[in-house]
Amino acid sequence: MSSLTEGTYLPEGLTQPAPMRDGMDAPYWEGTREHELRVQRCADCGTHQWGPDWVCHACQSLNVEWVTVEPRARIYSWQRVHHPVHPALAEHGPYIVVLVELPHADNLRMLGNLLGDPMQDIVIGSDVEAVFEDHDNGNPPYTLVHWQVTAS
Amino acid sequence: MSASGADHNLRGRTAVAGVGETTYYKRGQSTDPEFVLVVKAILAACEDAGINPREIDGFCSYSNDRNTPARLANALGLEELRYSNMQWGGGGGGAAAVVQNAASAVHAGSANVVVAYRGLAQGQFGRFGQGGRRPAVRGEFAYTLPYGVMSPAQMYAMRTTRLMWEHGIDRSTMRAVALAAYHHAQNNPRAVMYGRPLDAETYDSSRWITEPFRLYDCCLENDGGAAMIVTSAERAADLSDTPVLVLAAQQSGGHRSGAWVHNPTDYATSSFKLGAQHLYEQAGVTPGDVDVVQSYENFTGAVVMSLIEHGLCTYENANEVLTFENLRADGGSIPLNTSGGNLAECYMHGLGMQIEAVRQVRGDSTNQVPDVKVSLSNAGPMVEIASTAIYGTPEALG
Repeated sequence: MSSLTEGTYLPEGLTQPAPMRDGMDAPYWEGTREHELRVQRCADCGTHQWGPDWVCHACQSLNVEWVTVEPRARIYSWQRVHHPVHPALAEHGPYIVVLVELPHADNLRMLGNLLGDPMQDIVIGSDVEAVFEDHDNGNPPYTLVHWQVTAS
Repeated sequence: MSASGADHNLRGRTAVAGVGETTYYKRGQSTDPEFVLVVKAILAACEDAGINPREIDGFCSYSNDRNTPARLANALGLEELRYSNMQWGGGGGGAAAVVQNAASAVHAGSANVVVAYRGLAQGQFGRFGQGGRRPAVRGEFAYTLPYGVMSPAQMYAMRTTRLMWEHGIDRSTMRAVALAAYHHAQNNPRAVMYGRPLDAETYDSSRWITEPFRLYDCCLENDGGAAMIVTSAERAADLSDTPVLVLAAQQSGGHRSGAWVHNPTDYATSSFKLGAQHLYEQAGVTPGDVDVVQSYENFTGAVVMSLIEHGLCTYENANEVLTFENLRADGGSIPLNTSGGNLAECYMHGLGMQIEAVRQVRGDSTNQVPDVKVSLSNAGPMVEIASTAIYGTPEALG
């Protein structure tokens, strides 16, 4: 686990995230501020779940808890975005989005940017680790979770 | 099909009696307000059907269409409004579901003449292909927008990447889909890309939108209106010598197909695996009976998935079968998107592709496939709830 030491992967000015008003996903966003990766796990059947919901999709229990998981994953799919669709990205150039799966958490999938050279070769199945990117000036402050290929 | 099932089956009980479309415009170029586009399309469909617009007693639309049944009923002078229905879900997944909903209403006796419609004037209401500009986002999009995932192409590219990786699907299949659409649009004066042909070299050298999608893998953005009149098979037979029967229409979603942040249980799918089974069973036909296919292109990779999941080719033979030659109306084995579809005719959120499927049964397409009896048109691949309809001639009932 590590944190981004300088700047941000994408330019400032993109729409910022905020917790849902009904509180459902507040533990996730609180966790990222502490550089922890939290996901849901059913207290009854034990299934990890992502994205968040009030209900366990596996057993329909309402007894869904939050757990901190090892912030490691492997690349499940990817895209390299070239065409900017937001003014903040207009002069930025290509960037990589990865969908990763967490084998130790029932293969749930999470989405983030892949750090490093935006033109790097991307191999599905590669091991990656989370990198936390703090936005202390957000309103409210928030932290994004990116991924980088694990040094072998 | 059991005898009791046959009693309830929609198969052949309703028909599309008329279709109507406005001029199709490049995004932002309609001089008509969106509501007027819808009214024009409905009036054109009524004229095509040969019915008085005041006979309409039901409306079905999708994707949160802004033009409500109440407002349309006022404008059209309806004496009675018996049925209105909004198909849930974003994107164009509802374009065939509206036919299902209209046909179900007619078959159930809820209404007699139901119009399925869609209007879009993106210049007046904002574009699909641009991301959110709000200061903060909550819920599912909080997990995508800050990472630069906000347009439809960005939301669906990774399914296609995964499909290609899991099944060895070649990019050439996607190119063939684009080339077929543009080829057909050159014979279709309604098409926005009429007079603007596309060749393989231009496709190959076109800019990336987001890998694996190049510019020509992505649908257009347009303004326009489209409408279909659904009524009973008996009424349609009185109105026309060539009634277009609704043989089947089904919605399709799978296990957790709407799970947030790209977590459907089955990811590299167009969402048609389950619905296609019900569809063919309802229609009483097999994939081999399908004479012509309109397969919704939000993105070409989704068409490849859709054709496979509708049994029209397989994961194993897709690279060999999905070629430009095979997808052409003039001699191809799987004539595909014969109006030019969402890539080259108009992105009417897929309703134009339902209309083209009807035209193929009537025999008046600008790229007519000979002797069409069974015509399939799907909608909204990869969205949480997709849909497909099969239209046919009375002969198709066997």
